Amino acid sequence: MSDNTPEEAKVRPPERQYPDPKVKLKQEPPTTGHSWDGIEEYDNPMPRWWLWTFYATIIWAVVYWVLYPAWPMVRGATPGLLGYSSRGEVVEEIAEFEQRNLAFFERLNDTELEVISDDPELQSFAVNAGSSVFAAQCSQCHGAGGAGVQAAGYPNLLNDEWLWGGTMEDIHQTIRYGIRNEDYADARWSQMPAFGQDGLLDEEEIDQVVHYVLQMSGQEYDAELAEAGFEVYDWNCASCHGDDGGGDYFQGAPALNTAIWLYGGDYDTLWESVYYSRFGVMPGFAERLRDAEIRAVAAYVHQLGGGQ
Amino acid sequence: MSSPDTPPKLYAAREPIFPRRVEGSYRTMKWWLLGMMLAIYYITPWIRWDRGPEMPDQAVLLDLANRRFFFFMIEIWPHEFYFVAGLLIMAGIGLFLFTSALGRVWCGYACPQTVWTDLFILVERWIEGDRNARLRLHRKKWDAEKVRKYGLKWLVWALIGLATGGAWVFYFTDAPTLARDLVTLQAHPIAWITIAILTATTFFFGGFFREQICIYACPWPRIQAAMMDEDTLTISYRDWRGEPRGKLRKGQTAPEGTQGDCIDCMACVNVCPMGIDIRDGQQMECITCGLCIDACNDVMDRIGKPRDLIGYLALSDETRERAGEPQLPAWKHVFRPRTVLYTVIWGGIGIALIAALFLRSDIDMSVSPIRNPTHVVLSDGSVRNAYDVSIRNMHGSPREFRIELSDGAPFELELQGIAGQTLTLPADTQHSQRVYLTAPAGSEEAQVQSTPARLWVVETAGNERIHTDTVFNGRAQ
Repeated sequence: MSDNTPEEAKVRPPERQYPDPKVKLKQEPPTTGHSWDGIEEYDNPMPRWWLWTFYATIIWAVVYWVLYPAWPMVRGATPGLLGYSSRGEVVEEIAEFEQRNLAFFERLNDTELEVISDDPELQSFAVNAGSSVFAAQCSQCHGAGGAGVQAAGYPNLLNDEWLWGGTMEDIHQTIRYGIRNEDYADARWSQMPAFGQDGLLDEEEIDQVVHYVLQMSGQEYDAELAEAGFEVYDWNCASCHGDDGGGDYFQGAPALNTAIWLYGGDYDTLWESVYYSRFGVMPGFAERLRDAEIRAVAAYVHQLGGGQ
Repeated sequence: MSSPDTPPKLYAAREPIFPRRVEGSYRTMKWWLLGMMLAIYYITPWIRWDRGPEMPDQAVLLDLANRRFFFFMIEIWPHEFYFVAGLLIMAGIGLFLFTSALGRVWCGYACPQTVWTDLFILVERWIEGDRNARLRLHRKKWDAEKVRKYGLKWLVWALIGLATGGAWVFYFTDAPTLARDLVTLQAHPIAWITIAILTATTFFFGGFFREQICIYACPWPRIQAAMMDEDTLTISYRDWRGEPRGKLRKGQTAPEGTQGDCIDCMACVNVCPMGIDIRDGQQMECITCGLCIDACNDVMDRIGKPRDLIGYLALSDETRERAGEPQLPAWKHVFRPRTVLYTVIWGGIGIALIAALFLRSDIDMSVSPIRNPTHVVLSDGSVRNAYDVSIRNMHGSPREFRIELSDGAPFELELQGIAGQTLTLPADTQHSQRVYLTAPAGSEEAQVQSTPARLWVVETAGNERIHTDTVFNGRAQ
């Protein structure tokens, strides 16, 4: 590519610029006739394959109309020969996953509750399945993260305290039959008396016992009132809540000597609890969920952080 | 094309192109490039690379199912996608570099569309003969010969297409296993569908669509046209030397000064796979394949004129040559501030990527604190926070890791479902572990809103350790 331009080329004067925009080529296509600031537009014909592609899309559309739901009619769209519907597709997919989960569900049903966690594969399945059941059935009260709602008395499932026990068996039983639920004979049941409302204790005694509970749970209290409250507690409360206030899983009696409160541990809330009594209810899921789903959600709740 | 009186046609059929056979240095180079690139394409998936017993032994593997990319000793995880982004940036700047220096060199020599079209035209020539024979056959009515030759040609094209699509799928899964599955007809439907689509597109693009891909479908010609400048080396016709063109009889010489070197033999047009006349100047259709240079040089040799009537030159060479000066040497066109800058940026990114590749750790962690709820009060009044610690073992072997707190951190650390602080991860896996930190009742950390906390992941056998900073939430929210 070095200098090999012949001599005569050098002496010949340039006939035209290269490339010269003003010189029209032989095959110069016609223009549309419009001119924008001197810029014109070629009026080239479309390539024919493009036309074919266009026809192909028309044929595609006609075939689609015939095979798939297409034209809106008075009562829904034309169904199409394939009978396809997006809803039907979802149903099929659900059925397919049901089928795939079947083996796991059977294993879950056949495994003792307490030993599910020994099988990592089964535990992983149970926790995953349980978390979706929890989100759909339990999170309304217990919260998406399982933290409960204190103001409404929905228990926190993450801590290390349980009303009715935190073993797999206990949790399973609670979910299956619910709490204070008349639909199931096996539902857990207990009822705290409304000591004030029903006249079992007078207001002075309630004041005393509340101070005793404040002392028991390590909060600020009036020593004189608390001392008097001990006797009130011993006579009226200890049978369920325990001599030391440790609570009783069998009666769903919460511990009173810890930092965890279902409704609140301040004086006013405690006074209200004693005067009017409190007890929450929970629906049973024995008929709403399949056995395996109940076992799965029990496994999920058990591993949230407080399982025993 | 049409007179102003008759409306122009709305749709035009493709003008068939029958490139003539040509010999020369560019053609020879292109054959070598073609062989090399096809060899790389077909052989690469079969190269083995030992990564240990639990890892795939394919040197180049795009494992989409497991989201891993293997390239010899390099393994890229999905979270390291910045390597791919870096390569794409390098490809972009590489495009600037090559286009500003050598014009559409990619289109002319390396683009798969060019390479496969070249191969398809070769097959066409073997079966039907050179340009004139093909033209004759094209114009002929359908008869036994035409059916036989066209049928054979299409069959060979289809087989090449099949080989093309067939090789493609080997990049995405273990090649020997897939080959066995394909032969025994047990391969995954995705493999069959991919092969079918690529066979069809190769057959159609290489056999029938050819230059139309470059003209109508590909954005690169348009982008590249905007990136050339007056120093870009590209294929041009020296019309100041060739014009006025004129036929020349054998043994005849034109009178001095009346005729240029171009004898209008149409050799450059006849060999052009894009069907253009390079003498019309630079045009969008030209892929700079260099075949017209070979064709013209051959003619120039025969009529005893200097070579390179068509050759690689830059726009700025024109004024120089018209003024009687020689063309600038190629390296002076190539080495100029613009290309040097591109090279520096390109090389800088490349070095940074390589450095990042060799400096990266074989373990990786991320910590997501559980924020629903932010903390849990336990019965003794202590406060617990939960974290999902995700650990990646990017080693080719199983490893044992210990999750730790910094020395003196006022928290108790617990792993969910595991006694102790160690866990073992299989080779090349990611694992998410729920971790609990507990601040004792009455401690400052349990009371205040938040305290910084640092979690460590330490290889028990080995010296790699990494950490992530997070926070611990107390009761005061």
